[in-house]
Amino acid sequence: MVQTQEGIFKFHQYQVVGRHMPTEQEPNPTVYRMKVWAPDAIRAKSKFWYFLRKLRRVKKANGQIVSVNEIFEKRPTTVKNFGIWVRYQSRTGYHNMYKEYRDTTLNGAVSQLYQEMSARHRVRYPCIQIIKTATVAPKDCKRANTQQFHDSKIKFPKTFNLIRPSAPERKSIYKAKRPTVCMI
Amino acid sequence: MPFKRYVEIGRVAMINYGPEYGKLVVISDVLDQSRALVDAPGRVRDVVNLRRLTLTDYKVDIPRLAPKKKLNEEFSKAGIEDKFKASSWGKKLAKQANARSMTDFDRFKAMLAKTKKNRAVRTVLNKMQKTAPAKPTKAVAKSRK
Repeated sequence: MVQTQEGIFKFHQYQVVGRHMPTEQEPNPTVYRMKVWAPDAIRAKSKFWYFLRKLRRVKKANGQIVSVNEIFEKRPTTVKNFGIWVRYQSRTGYHNMYKEYRDTTLNGAVSQLYQEMSARHRVRYPCIQIIKTATVAPKDCKRANTQQFHDSKIKFPKTFNLIRPSAPERKSIYKAKRPTVCMI
Repeated sequence: MPFKRYVEIGRVAMINYGPEYGKLVVISDVLDQSRALVDAPGRVRDVVNLRRLTLTDYKVDIPRLAPKKKLNEEFSKAGIEDKFKASSWGKKLAKQANARSMTDFDRFKAMLAKTKKNRAVRTVLNKMQKTAPAKPTKAVAKSRK
């Protein structure tokens, strides 16, 4: 099954371009571009205004959106190491963090990030700000969990055999035969 | 006993879940502990969870993230499809697929064929029992008592 990029990610990457409304004093206001992750284009625009009003004296009431485009992964069939710098609001304060993920797409890495932040730190989407993302070369990777997969002769067994029906409709509560979970 | 099948680059695995059930793929790269990038002739390389793969005994000699051309070449050279079909695992899958594709009428025909065959066997067997010398078998039966 070939998975399309649109359907599998909860968060998509959007490029939002916006500016202050032209005024008499400033007929050509500066145009700002931002890449944000959001479930859809509408929430991407909202996120754009959230960040822009913190950074510049432009807000939704006095600004306009020039364009919104979704950004797709160029090569979704190769594995990359993604470094993500985040700032998040915990119950006590704000923290900065650097995380590394191995994935085929940046959207996949960002999805992993949201999952992990939610799991380890109980931080949800609205409290997370992605500062920067980068594709990191193997020699520059910092985390042992990504480094251990850089070996081209990597070899490890599947230690647990999960017996599943071949399709959800073949599920059954009781089995006639005891399954073999041995992997040898 | 040590493990015989490993998650490694070039390992052939069978997809054990979903619409692609039974298809053979080759591990092209390992993403992390639970996911691998898999490739096969006539398929777009993509990510599959290791839980949805069953590893086989076969291996293809390919480098990490092998180009499609190289993969196709090595896959056909190693004769993976034929080897798998000839194995008892492959035969079992083929048998299951065949049974699943049978209609009710097919099953009825199979039932008739079976009764016909059994009848033929029975008539021959009965003939053989009649012509065979009866005494020695009786003697054996008595001596056993």
